[in-house]
Amino acid sequence: MTGSYFDPCEKCEEMMQPYLDRTLDDMQVQEAEAHLEGCSYCRSRYRFEVSLRRYVRTAAAEQMPVALKAKLAALRTPLQ
Amino acid sequence: MSDPTQTDARRIAEEARDRVRFEEEALDLSDQVFRVARHLVGSREEAEDLMQETYARAFRSWRSFTPGTNLRAWLLRILTNLNIDRGRRQQRAPQTTSIDEHSDYYLYNKIEEAEGRPLDEERVIEKLSQGSIVDALAHVPHNFRDVLVLVDIGEFSYADTAQILDIPIGTVMSRLHRARRILKGELAEEVAT
Repeated sequence: MTGSYFDPCEKCEEMMQPYLDRTLDDMQVQEAEAHLEGCSYCRSRYRFEVSLRRYVRTAAAEQMPVALKAKLAALRTPLQ
Repeated sequence: MSDPTQTDARRIAEEARDRVRFEEEALDLSDQVFRVARHLVGSREEAEDLMQETYARAFRSWRSFTPGTNLRAWLLRILTNLNIDRGRRQQRAPQTTSIDEHSDYYLYNKIEEAEGRPLDEERVIEKLSQGSIVDALAHVPHNFRDVLVLVDIGEFSYADTAQILDIPIGTVMSRLHRARRILKGELAEEVAT
């Protein structure tokens, strides 16, 4: 129907981040899940988003240098 | 009636015990604080300086911490305030006018396009190196990056992030949304080159 067409995948894309952040209301969650269930295009992009978030968290994790830890410990108030 | 000297001595001993406990708990969290600090500033050296300043201040003002509240968020509040005080933000003014922001599927589509065939999500992730994530993060303008780092790396709630950065929760959500899109845009550029 002219003028009322909307792309469900476009809507799913808009809902993806809030869906992953669990900030959608119950009705929107149902809508997103119903679409993901039947759409392999959005499903593979959803799985990618989940993996990407996990990957960003681990890839960015840098170990604190041991020397810094010792410097911080040395800042403690000396015991009387 | 109790001896005032003994009462004072007991009070001093109790305070010393509370302080030691506070310092130990703060030090136990230092790895997690560093993980966030490292991406709030430009280099590892800057992050190390900031950590030392933060802990020096935290140990000096330990009495202002309310026991039972979130100590990690309290330490990061100090750290972000110090970061502002040191003028680092002014030196690295946000480039909000020239941000490339794409839709959420942009990165996935770009990688698939570069490969010339459909890929499963694990294969898509394999196309991104650890270094590319760190570089892309560094390219996100700092006011967006701060939120992204606190939520997606530090795993802070929106409410804690809002408190740490002293901004409304709505601002946390909108900046986070944009920050993730900017990050993916940066990663897509690397994939394409």
